[in-house]
Amino acid sequence: MGANLDHLIKPLIANNPVTLQILGICSALAVTTSLSTALVMSAALTGVLVLSSATISVIRHHIPNVIRLIVQIVVIASLVVVIDELLQAFAFEISRKLSIFVGLIVTNCLVLGRAEAFAMRNPVWPSVLDGLGNGLGYSLVLIIVGTVRELFGTGALLGYTVLTPAAEGGWFEPFGLMQLAPSGFFVIALLIWAIRSLRVEQVDTPEFAMKRSEVTR
Amino acid sequence: MFSPLANWRHFLARQNEDRVKIFGVAFLVALTSAVLVSVTSVTLKPLQEAHLEAERAARMAEMLDRLPGLRDVMADLGGDALDTRLVNLDTGEFATDVDPNAFDPAAAALDPETSVAIPSEVDVTRLGRRAKLAPVHLLERDGELLLIVLPVSGKGYQSTLRAMLALNADLVTVSALVITEQGETPGIGARVEDPAWLDLWPGKEIVDATGRIVISVVRGKATAPYEVDGISGATVTSNGVSNMLRYWLGGHGFGPFLQRLRTEGL
Repeated sequence: MGANLDHLIKPLIANNPVTLQILGICSALAVTTSLSTALVMSAALTGVLVLSSATISVIRHHIPNVIRLIVQIVVIASLVVVIDELLQAFAFEISRKLSIFVGLIVTNCLVLGRAEAFAMRNPVWPSVLDGLGNGLGYSLVLIIVGTVRELFGTGALLGYTVLTPAAEGGWFEPFGLMQLAPSGFFVIALLIWAIRSLRVEQVDTPEFAMKRSEVTR
Repeated sequence: MFSPLANWRHFLARQNEDRVKIFGVAFLVALTSAVLVSVTSVTLKPLQEAHLEAERAARMAEMLDRLPGLRDVMADLGGDALDTRLVNLDTGEFATDVDPNAFDPAAAALDPETSVAIPSEVDVTRLGRRAKLAPVHLLERDGELLLIVLPVSGKGYQSTLRAMLALNADLVTVSALVITEQGETPGIGARVEDPAWLDLWPGKEIVDATGRIVISVVRGKATAPYEVDGISGATVTSNGVSNMLRYWLGGHGFGPFLQRLRTEGL
């Protein structure tokens, strides 16, 4: 059980798919302008990841090697369509805000990465835990970034005013840049920097060592 | 002796690199996925349609609430919604052979059968095509027009803007403008939805005495009754709104229809 639990806990911080592996960045930037979209996107991705890991793990002994990527993509894509349809039926407002990004989960390297690297080689239960762990790791980053961007960009959280903006008689001046895509990069970068300062083992070794320039006088 | 179960076991027992197995697995995975997706889509369709319908109605209601006194007039007339009719944009006549409730403007604009290309010299909105028919929403009392609402659309900075333009009975002054759909840059072009900016519109004049379309969004402060302040920092979006009104009110848009209303009435 200890090893199984590792699959769940490791991807949260120690092997986080976003901050360590830098996967799924595109959606992490796009849907984090508010906390509510970040939460729904997290739930959608975690759902797809758990279900696709389980499905692929169940049929893993019968997937011919030559068409394994096609089979994985077909499984993932159908799950994404199903989740997207569910959102449009039961969470219409949010699905409007997420627009195309739920559909783009298909191309999220994180999902295909776990299918190919883990679910293809492991039994169902560890695969489910691995999917769940990675989904939660991704969710954790999205929720942090979404909270920061919504709070400082608009002064509200989940639509409820926390810091009253100056326009409505408070003292807080909304930081408009937070609502634009670049600050998604900034916040994720700061997060990565913070994690790697605390956990030095995550720092990449440079692939090419810089040579000291020899200055001729 | 044919036994499905034995055949199935035999199939599963084949080598994974065997050609029959490759095709078999590909077929089965595709079939299962197709069934799953189709069933979900068909089952959830009514729910999704209901949401879309509710959204359209909410946008419409929101606009009606913006028009001062309109609700009272409508209450007098004993209705709570506008009368929707289809207009043939080329002739300016009402099209009576299509049910307005069943008409889907977005789909009609894409279908070559029901749409026309917009000549490039008048296509200031960069839409490319428009449907031959367009829905208009009317409020009338005893055959006299009180208000007309025209759907307009055009490209902004990074998205297609869609809006509803309500005109007073004189067909010259704007009663209200409501943006129904936009995907502009948050905090910049997206301010096109700001109530404060939309409140600048009522009372603006769209045509001058000679019938020329003059309404425009200008940089900085408006100085004439046919000018509206631009949104600072969002020139492209402002111009998009300006262009979309000029196109849709012009000769290739609702122009012939409005001209007919001015001369003949309803």
